[in-house]
Amino acid sequence: MSAGFNRRRFYAMLVKESLQIMRDPSTFLIAFVLPMIMLFFFGYAVSLDPPRIRIGVALEDPGPAALSLSTAFERSPYFQVNGARSVETLEHEMAAGRIHGIVVIPQDFSRRLHARGDVAGIQIITDGSLPNTASFFAAYAEGVRANWQAGQAIRISRAAAHPIEVAHRFWFNPELASRFFLIPGSIAIVMTMIGTLLTALVIAREWERGTMEAIMATPVGMSELLATKVIPYFLLGLGSMAVCTLLAIFLFGVPFRGSALGILALSSAFLVPALGQGLLISAVTKNQFVASQVAILSAFLPGIILSGFLFEIASMPTAIRALTYIVPARYLIPPLQSVFLVGDLWVMFSKDMAILLGFGALFFVLAIRATRRRIA
Amino acid sequence: MWGRLRAMVVKELWAILRDPRARIILFLPPIVQLFIFGFAGTLEVKNFDVGVYNRDGGAWSRELVERLSGSPNVRRIVPIGSADEVRAAIDGRLVIAVVMLDQQFSANISAHRPAVIQAVYDGRRSNSAQIVSAYLDRIVANLGAAIRPTPVVGLRAARSQSVVTNWFNPNLDYLWFTMPGLVVVISMVSGLAVTAQTVARERELGTFDQLMVSPLRVSETLIGKMVPPLLVGTFNVTLYLLLIPTVFGVPLTGSLFAFYVALACYMCALIGVGMLVSALAHTQQQAFLGAFLIIVPVILLSGFASPVDNMPGWLQVLAQANPAKHFLIVSEGVFLQAMPVREVLANTWPLAVIALVTLTAASLLFRSRIE
Repeated sequence: MSAGFNRRRFYAMLVKESLQIMRDPSTFLIAFVLPMIMLFFFGYAVSLDPPRIRIGVALEDPGPAALSLSTAFERSPYFQVNGARSVETLEHEMAAGRIHGIVVIPQDFSRRLHARGDVAGIQIITDGSLPNTASFFAAYAEGVRANWQAGQAIRISRAAAHPIEVAHRFWFNPELASRFFLIPGSIAIVMTMIGTLLTALVIAREWERGTMEAIMATPVGMSELLATKVIPYFLLGLGSMAVCTLLAIFLFGVPFRGSALGILALSSAFLVPALGQGLLISAVTKNQFVASQVAILSAFLPGIILSGFLFEIASMPTAIRALTYIVPARYLIPPLQSVFLVGDLWVMFSKDMAILLGFGALFFVLAIRATRRRIA
Repeated sequence: MWGRLRAMVVKELWAILRDPRARIILFLPPIVQLFIFGFAGTLEVKNFDVGVYNRDGGAWSRELVERLSGSPNVRRIVPIGSADEVRAAIDGRLVIAVVMLDQQFSANISAHRPAVIQAVYDGRRSNSAQIVSAYLDRIVANLGAAIRPTPVVGLRAARSQSVVTNWFNPNLDYLWFTMPGLVVVISMVSGLAVTAQTVARERELGTFDQLMVSPLRVSETLIGKMVPPLLVGTFNVTLYLLLIPTVFGVPLTGSLFAFYVALACYMCALIGVGMLVSALAHTQQQAFLGAFLIIVPVILLSGFASPVDNMPGWLQVLAQANPAKHFLIVSEGVFLQAMPVREVLANTWPLAVIALVTLTAASLLFRSRIE
């Protein structure tokens, strides 16, 4: 193995590797078709917006007040109501998972509503097997009742009922569309796939077939070899990022308030640790099956679950929160969401980019060491 | 026939369990994932920091800040001194929300004029921000009630109230939802990937063609290939059934027998999909990518990431073809809802249909490739 860097040899290797990737039809599948499918599903299938919940209303009281409250539930845009006279049929529906909440307006509702000094109660039964839907349902059902009551009451003045009012403003995303933050986040997942999964798989195959050793026996230097292996994937990753960004803006209507330079810098900084991790996995496992499983486990799933993409990191238990610090995607997703929704926040970007490049350096050093040990 | 089949099954089990690294990959990660993702996968919003830009300083503003910092969900109150700082704190994600009180706040309350609080949120996290805004509303409403107890103005005014009961999960513990869901997702990822890749590997190495020219029938070969992922999946899920009630305290209320019947159909459906992928792929790499291409939509359309009811209608139709969607209902039902056997079976037959269709298609594809 020779130490020196030879520019001609480097270019020759780079061309060889690039041709090899370009010739493989599955490359395009991964770089362009897969991201589109991912973005498509994240754009349409995943929605954290308040759901339209299927509920049942048991109207046990035939009185006009009960009927008008029941109509208020039917009119609510948040509910899709199944009516019933008794609660038993609805209980069965809920155990079967066909409805996710029950409102019971009991027999004595109308009578107690107008009885002096009495309070008419309705019962809200939520489906706790879907905790998120359950708390939405409880809150919105209570809202429907409170609004209905306010409509019924005439003499209570607003100021007396609410001495303090809160004016809520949601910056950057006043429409409160969850896809505005999910789609930028899914671009990070797509780059993890190309950077780590694809690289790990392809290079593990070379190890499996012995072509890696064959190249190592040539005068090509170690870092030169690894560089020519990863540069084409780096470009592929950026290309697919560009496709995703255009789709996000023009197909899904996600606002883009930052600059092309900003998103390019962030993506480039992220691809360094992603590729490094892929190289490291392939050098350690040298087996396509094991490499693919390790890549899913160590890059793809943490990228979705431990990165703040779907779940708030602050809400996690301390030990898990500590673990999120070693997930590179954690440092990409907030700046990526910012470059779309806020603009270029270089103070934030530069800090995250520095951390990403630090991870990248670490992974590359480990990958080089792992490769060297194999040969010795 | 039974002797051939037995030999084939033994061979398959050896092939998959021989490699020590593959052994670890099959059994260790599913357990680790259960722990990490079980605790991480929560849509609750806790431990957040809130900024307070208090230009009032009066007694009522201090009372409000006191109540905010007393909320169990708020980790820290960050005092903010100027409008520019509000911007910087939100932009830099130091806080998820800033509560702004104007100079007249306490004076307005004392004078019985309506007082207004401005609250701005980080819309990059619009879902969490909405939950925080609901917390703030509740805190402010409580403060309002303390300032002015419910007025008995309209004597004839109708009064009603609601009582909330949470079935199946009295404290709405998110873990109770995540755990049965993870059973579905983790067993799916390993089942699908193991099937797709073991078959593709043999095809890449050429040993699959050898199997095809052996005295084994195509159906026997396929059954032999189905057994290892079926056993690995059942073993892992059984381990979950032991761990989840004991370690995580999630109740297991339904019929175990019905659960296993549904599990067998679910695994067969996944294996069928995996076989179909490997029948179409020429290399391991393609098989892996094909499996991956399927895993992502299967998770997203299962109802685990977000409710199926939230999806557009045509995606809900597509979700009917998703085995994970049906098995998620069974898993949540058997763990939490004491789902009757009849209901479990009602969600099982679609799984059997998916299994039948995919396995038949895979065997036809394999057969046509030999000829």
